[in-house]
Amino acid sequence: MDFDLSDEQRLLRDNVERLSAPTEAAPQGTAWSRERWKQFAELGLLALPFDEADGGLGWGAVETMIVMEAFGKGLVREPYLSTVVIGGGLVRHGCGDAVRKELAGRIASGELVVAFAHVEREARHELADVALSARKTTEGFVLDGVKSVVPHGDEAELLFVSARTGGERHARDGISLFRIDAKAKGVTRRAYGLADGTPGAEVRLDNVVVSADMLVGEVGKALPLIERVTDEAIAALCAEAVGVMSVMCDMTVSYLKTRKQFGRPIGAFQALQHRAADMFIGLEQARSMAVYATMMATENDPAQRSAAISAAKVTIGRNGRFIGEQAVQLHGGIGMTMEYRLGAYFKRMTSIGLMFGDADHHLRKVAKAGGLEQITA
Amino acid sequence: MDLRFTSEEQEFRQEVRSFIAANLDQETHASMLAGHRPSKDQIVAWQRVLNKKGWATVDWPAEFGGTGWNIIRRHIFREEVQAYPAPEPLAFGVYMVGPVIITFGNEDQKKKFLPRIANLDDWWCQGFSEPGSGSDLASLKTAARRDGDHYIVNGQKTWTTYAQYADWIFCLVRTNPQAAKPQEGISFLLIDMKSPGLTVRPIVTVDGGREINEVFFDDVKVPIENLVGVENRGWDCAKFLLSNERVNTARIGATKERLRRLKKLAAEAQEGGRPLIEDQSFAEKLADLEIELKALEITQLRVLANENKNGKGKPDPASSVLKLRGTELQQRITELTLQAAGPHGLVGENLDAPLGHNEDEIAPEWMRLAAPTYFNTRKVTIYGGSNEIQRNIIAKQILGL
Ligand SMILES: Cc1cc2nc3c(=O)[nH]c(=O)nc-3n(C[C@H](O)[C@H](O)[C@H](O)COP(=O)(O)OP(=O)(O)OC[C@H]3O[C@@H](n4cnc5c(N)ncnc54)[C@H](O)[C@@H]3O)c2cc1C
Repeated sequence: MDFDLSDEQRLLRDNVERLSAPTEAAPQGTAWSRERWKQFAELGLLALPFDEADGGLGWGAVETMIVMEAFGKGLVREPYLSTVVIGGGLVRHGCGDAVRKELAGRIASGELVVAFAHVEREARHELADVALSARKTTEGFVLDGVKSVVPHGDEAELLFVSARTGGERHARDGISLFRIDAKAKGVTRRAYGLADGTPGAEVRLDNVVVSADMLVGEVGKALPLIERVTDEAIAALCAEAVGVMSVMCDMTVSYLKTRKQFGRPIGAFQALQHRAADMFIGLEQARSMAVYATMMATENDPAQRSAAISAAKVTIGRNGRFIGEQAVQLHGGIGMTMEYRLGAYFKRMTSIGLMFGDADHHLRKVAKAGGLEQITA
Repeated sequence: MDLRFTSEEQEFRQEVRSFIAANLDQETHASMLAGHRPSKDQIVAWQRVLNKKGWATVDWPAEFGGTGWNIIRRHIFREEVQAYPAPEPLAFGVYMVGPVIITFGNEDQKKKFLPRIANLDDWWCQGFSEPGSGSDLASLKTAARRDGDHYIVNGQKTWTTYAQYADWIFCLVRTNPQAAKPQEGISFLLIDMKSPGLTVRPIVTVDGGREINEVFFDDVKVPIENLVGVENRGWDCAKFLLSNERVNTARIGATKERLRRLKKLAAEAQEGGRPLIEDQSFAEKLADLEIELKALEITQLRVLANENKNGKGKPDPASSVLKLRGTELQQRITELTLQAAGPHGLVGENLDAPLGHNEDEIAPEWMRLAAPTYFNTRKVTIYGGSNEIQRNIIAKQILGL
C-alpha cells in the first residue's frame, strides 16, 4: 500500500495548482476562460485519460484525482468534468475505434467542448429515468424531448444525449446514447447559471434527425455505460470537493486566528476550536473516501464499483455540507457576502452535493447493496 | 394545566385569519407563498392596512396604539400573519425602535415618531454592528462628539439591513471614550438618513440578494433632541432591544407554513416514479423536523404563559432556546426543500426576482428558489446574537457555568 505520489504526479499537481490558482476576488457571473483552456491543453491535461494509441497520455484515475482536487482549490469553472472526465469517459468506453480516435484528438487539443445531456425535469437522481424519445427511422433516429440540467451545455459543441428507444420510462433497458452536434437542426439551448455560477443550459430537441452512426454503443443498452461514466464522474467530483473543503477549512482556521472580538482572537474560544476540529475531522474522512472512490472507479465488478462510489458520495455530501455551513457560520457576517471568496466555495460545495445524487440517494444505494462488504450466509 | 386554546382564543384566531384573507393583496400573498421576499411596497402597503385596523403595533401599550390584547392573543396574531403568509410589520420600527422610544424616549419623541412607525411612514434600520464590533457589540467605535446642540457623528456601521430603503437609522454611538467600562460610554441616537455626510453602500449577499449595506458617517450633524434616554446609558436600550429581538427571531409560524408547503411539494415531486414524500428517509426527516417544531411551539407557549402570569420582567431563560432552535429549524427546512428540489435545485434564481415570469420555465419556481433560499438563510444563526453567543448565554446566565 502506498499513498505517496510519484515524482511525475507531484509535478502534475504543482503544475495544475499553478495554472488554477484562485483569483483574489470571488468569481463573477458564469464566465470561464478559453485562454486557460488552451493552457490546460498545452499541459496535456485534456489528453490525460486517453490511450497513448489515441494520442492521449494514458493516465488514470489517480491523475484525474490530482487535477480535480487542484481545480476544487482554485474554483476552476472550465468544462473539464463535462468534457474530459464525462465526455472523455463516454468516448473511451463507448465509441468505436475511428470515432474514439477522432474525438480524443479533438478533445485533447482543446478544440471540442463536450456536455452530457441526461437529467430531465421529472427524473431527480434516478439515472434510468429517461423519457426523451428516439424513434428509429430508415436512415437513423429522430430525437424529441428536453434535458433540463446540462452543465456547460450552453457552449458545448458536442452533446452526448441519452434517449429512450424502448421500454417504460424507468426501465433499465431501452436507453440509448447519441452524439449530437449542438448546432444540429432542431436543437435549441437556453443558457443559465447554476446555483454556484457554473454555466448550464436547458437543451431542447425538436425532432432532431440523426444518422445511425451517431448512436453510441448498442441500441437500448446504454445504461451500464452511463452508470460507469457517472461513477467515474462522481469519483472526480469527490476529489474536487476535497479541494473545495480544504480551502474552506484553511480560510476558517486563519480567520479564527486573525478576527478579534472581546479582546482576543475568536479562535481562543473553545466552542469554536472544537467546531474547527470537527471540520478538520470531516475533511480527513472526506479525503479518505475520495481516495477510495478513485481506487474503485476502475473496479471491474459494477456492483462493487457502484457501492463504493456511492459510499464516497455520502461522505462527501455530508461532510461537505457540514464544513460549508460551519465555515460561513464561523466567519459571521463576512461569510454571507458575495464579495468574499468563501461564499463561492460554499455554493460550489452545495452544487456538488446535488450533482449525480445527494447523500440520501447514495446512502440508500449502499444500503440496498447490503453495504460495502457483502456477507454471504 | 390545559394546553388547548380556549374557544374565545380559537374564535380570535379565526377572526385574524379572515381579516388577512379579506384584505391582503393577492399578488403579495402569491409571491410569498412561492417563497419570495415581500418587496418594500408590499410591506408598506400591508402594514398600512394593518394600521388602519389598529393591528400594526399589537404589542405596544394601548396608550401608544397597542391593542391591549393579552400575550396569548398577540402570539396568535403573529403566528397567523406568519403562517398565512403575510408580510410582518417592519421589525426595525415596530419591534425594535418603537418599544425603545416608548420605554426610554421623551414625550416629543413619542409624539413625533410612534405614529409614523405604526403607519410605516418612516422606514427604520438598525445601526448597531460595525466591522470590528459584531458579537462584541460594546466595543463599537462610531463616535458622537457633542458640539453645542448637536452631536457630530463619525464612523461606520455595517450589515445594515434595508438601509437602502430607510428614512431613519437608530444607532449605538460612543459618547464617552473615557468611560471605565465600554458599555458605559454608549448612547442611543436617532439619525435622519438624509443627513449630509451619511452615505450608504450596498453589500451583495452570497445568494445575490440586496438586503444589507454599509453606512458611513462623515461629520454627520445630529440634533441633541434625537438622543433617546440618558447620554451614556444607551446600552440599557440596546439590551432591552436585543432581548425583544431574540424572541422575535424564532419565527415558528413561518416555519410551520414552510413545512406545510414542503409537504405538498414533496407529494408532487417524484422519486423513482413515486412521490418523494413516500420515500422513507425523506418522510422521516420531515417528521423529525415537525416534532422539533412542536416542542419549540410548546416551549414558546410556556414562555408566553409565564410572561402573562409574571409580567415582563426578566426575560425567561428559555427565550434563548427559542432563538437557537427556531433559527436552526428555519435552516433545516431550507435544506430539506433543496433536497426535495433534487438536481433542479441547481437552477438558481434571485430571491428578489419578480414572481411568475410567463415563459415556460426550466424548473418550477420553488425549485429555482431552493438554493438561494438555503444560502440566504445561513444568516439567521449569525444575526440577532449568533447561536454561539446564545449558547454562551445559556451556559453562563442560566446554568451558571
Ligand atoms: C444578513 C444579515 C443582516 C444583518 N442585519 C443587521 C442590521 O440590520 N443591523 C445590525 O446592526 N447588524 C446586522 N447584522 C449583523 C449581525 O448582528 C452580526 O453579523 C452578528 O452580531 C455577528 O457579528 P460578526 O458578523 O462581526 O461576527 P463575529 O462577532 O466576528 O463572529 C464570528 C464568529 O465567531 C463567533 N463568536 C464570536 N464571539 C464568540 C464567543 N465569545 N464564543 C463563541 N463564539 C464566538 C460567532 O458566533 C461567529 O460564529 C446582520 C448580519 C447579517 C448576516
